Amino acid sequence: MIPTAPKKREATIMDTSLSRINLQTHEHTWPQTGMRGALLIILLAGLVAVFLLNIATGSVDIPLNNIVKILLGGEADKAIWETIVVKFRLPKAVTAMLAGAGLSVAGLQMQTLFRNPLADPFVLGISSGASLGVALVVMSAGTVGATLIAELGLLGNFTTAAAASLGALLVLVVVLFVARKVESSVTLLIVGLMFGYTTGAAVSLLMYFSITERIQAYINWTFGSFDGVTWEQMRVFAPLILLGMTLAYVQTKPLNALLLGEAYARSMGVNIQRTRLLIIMSTALLAGTITAFCGPIGFIGVAVPHLCRSLFSTSDHRTLIPATLMMGAGLALGADLIAQMPGSQVVLPLNAVMALLGAPIVTWVILRQRNLKMAFAR
Amino acid sequence: MIVLEIQELAIGYKSARRPVHVVADDISVTLKTGELVCLLGPNGAGKSTLMRTLAGMQPPLSGQVHLMGKPLEDLNPNELARRLAIVLTERVEAGHLSAYELVALGRYPYTDWSGRLTETDESVVRWAIEMVGAKPLVQRLVSELSDGERQKVMVARALAQEPDLILLDEPTAFLDLPRRVEMMQTLRKLARETGRAVLLSSHDLDLALRSADKLWLLSSKGKLQVGAPEDLILSGAFEAVFQSEGVEFDRTTGTFRVHTHHAGQIILNGEGLRLVWTRRALEREGFQVVEDDSSLPCIEILETGWRLIQAGQPENFSSLYELIAALRKIDLLARV
Repeated sequence: MIPTAPKKREATIMDTSLSRINLQTHEHTWPQTGMRGALLIILLAGLVAVFLLNIATGSVDIPLNNIVKILLGGEADKAIWETIVVKFRLPKAVTAMLAGAGLSVAGLQMQTLFRNPLADPFVLGISSGASLGVALVVMSAGTVGATLIAELGLLGNFTTAAAASLGALLVLVVVLFVARKVESSVTLLIVGLMFGYTTGAAVSLLMYFSITERIQAYINWTFGSFDGVTWEQMRVFAPLILLGMTLAYVQTKPLNALLLGEAYARSMGVNIQRTRLLIIMSTALLAGTITAFCGPIGFIGVAVPHLCRSLFSTSDHRTLIPATLMMGAGLALGADLIAQMPGSQVVLPLNAVMALLGAPIVTWVILRQRNLKMAFAR
Repeated sequence: MIVLEIQELAIGYKSARRPVHVVADDISVTLKTGELVCLLGPNGAGKSTLMRTLAGMQPPLSGQVHLMGKPLEDLNPNELARRLAIVLTERVEAGHLSAYELVALGRYPYTDWSGRLTETDESVVRWAIEMVGAKPLVQRLVSELSDGERQKVMVARALAQEPDLILLDEPTAFLDLPRRVEMMQTLRKLARETGRAVLLSSHDLDLALRSADKLWLLSSKGKLQVGAPEDLILSGAFEAVFQSEGVEFDRTTGTFRVHTHHAGQIILNGEGLRLVWTRRALEREGFQVVEDDSSLPCIEILETGWRLIQAGQPENFSSLYELIAALRKIDLLARV
């Protein structure tokens, strides 16, 4: 039971001084485990920088020192700047951060649970449910109402958010029910996929029988956007996201055990059923809420976990969870910044910007890391 | 000390729609500390089912399993993990996990909610790694390890759980012969030096016969026989369990032979190592080597080659390959 002291063996086995030195240096090479603090701090610094930059830019340029002043509760040089920052840019930046961080952590959990690198926050069919909810509201609520379309444009945010939440919730209930029934996570994955197809088909049908303006409204929603969340709505949005993140965070240890597969995890004392339910609940909460308020935001959820695994060269969730949180938040802020096309009135679709710029970067990082490792391995 | 006590255990599958399928029953056996036990049996006898049942992954149909004096079903997952660890056949794909981090996961039942390792945890992990001789591997990523190295690390991980019993399901399945022997030695040492019980299922009869303290022989009829490997060979139990068409167990050498004497009988004269291997070659070819009978063909082992005397005609060969080729022709002629 009691670990044998390596030093004793050293003395008996090793005679030459040379090999003793070898062994002693070896002694110090026991690796460190746990969180990688230094890299995380660099990541945090990067996040703060992107955050400030995001708020400073837009159709009106506001100097950075004024941004800092406003954020610290001081007086800006122009009163209008304060309004712009506090009423528009700040909620949008906070939404972007929460959404980016939430989707990344949700994606990480799904990739670990299903042991599948292609899994993302939406594999359970949660966002499909949300899409269907939104499609139903936008496209089938009567055919007459030009007023309704106008309404959707103005106060539509809350209606769509409610519809999306309802759709997501409905799917969640079914998924949780299935999760309790089935033994294997792969079955769950397939069930989620089937949800996706079914709702996709329903949306297609709705679009087929709908009019152009409504289809356009629906498509606009699918582009994704961070600027729909007001401070009012933030009171619902932020707590839900934070709850989802907390759920993920307390699952750090079982998530690590799941890296070895469910059989090993179980043998180490993981309650698989409970862990799976908590992971699904966290993911559903994050993906459902974010889709409801921001639309279906792709890319981040699948890419950020890979990016962090590559950059930090670890699968340990004690590092990966904080890393994906910050990386996801930063990436979302960056994508939003570019989508706003600083200095112009044009706003590009968020999803398009994210994938268009993000995919090559992530590919490059992952390929580069792989090569590095091969060069170092032998 | 008794680690595992099994009483009148019946294993198998029970489901709502199908009748109960009993794989094996009436199993009563104990496992002591410091013992290395091999579970052997023909394919389909239920080795995996028994292992799964003992690991608590599958409920027994009836009977009792006590682990360190406590019924298996009364242990919560954490208590079970502190008493029992497993190593499975399948390769673990653990991505960006170093060998050290993987072994450290074995501390799961002991660490707090965040999984942080205390000094005690760290020293147990290091001890486990040194125990299996995996220290040079610690910095490497699991994905870069060979099958043999990976399995070593998995054993260290199981050991880091500080269990009383380690179950290994065909741990040597993907390993080459030297790695298998090494793995068995490691497990033996582990059982002896750490006072833990080790139970492994295996298809490697030869290695099991050579290294196990005890064999659990599961027959295809679902009965378990227990004893030292040599006892089971002497009693004929080993032979009975593995008997099948055309395969013969040689009790003298403890090996299996393909037994078909379709090629007829032959006389062999000679001595030493060359006699042993010539005999092997002839048996492989389907000859039964018999004592003196002048009417049969005869092979004499010479200084530098072999002489075949067939119907009074001697013929010399410089290799067994040529000799066998010539025998095949004769065999064909005889059949015509």
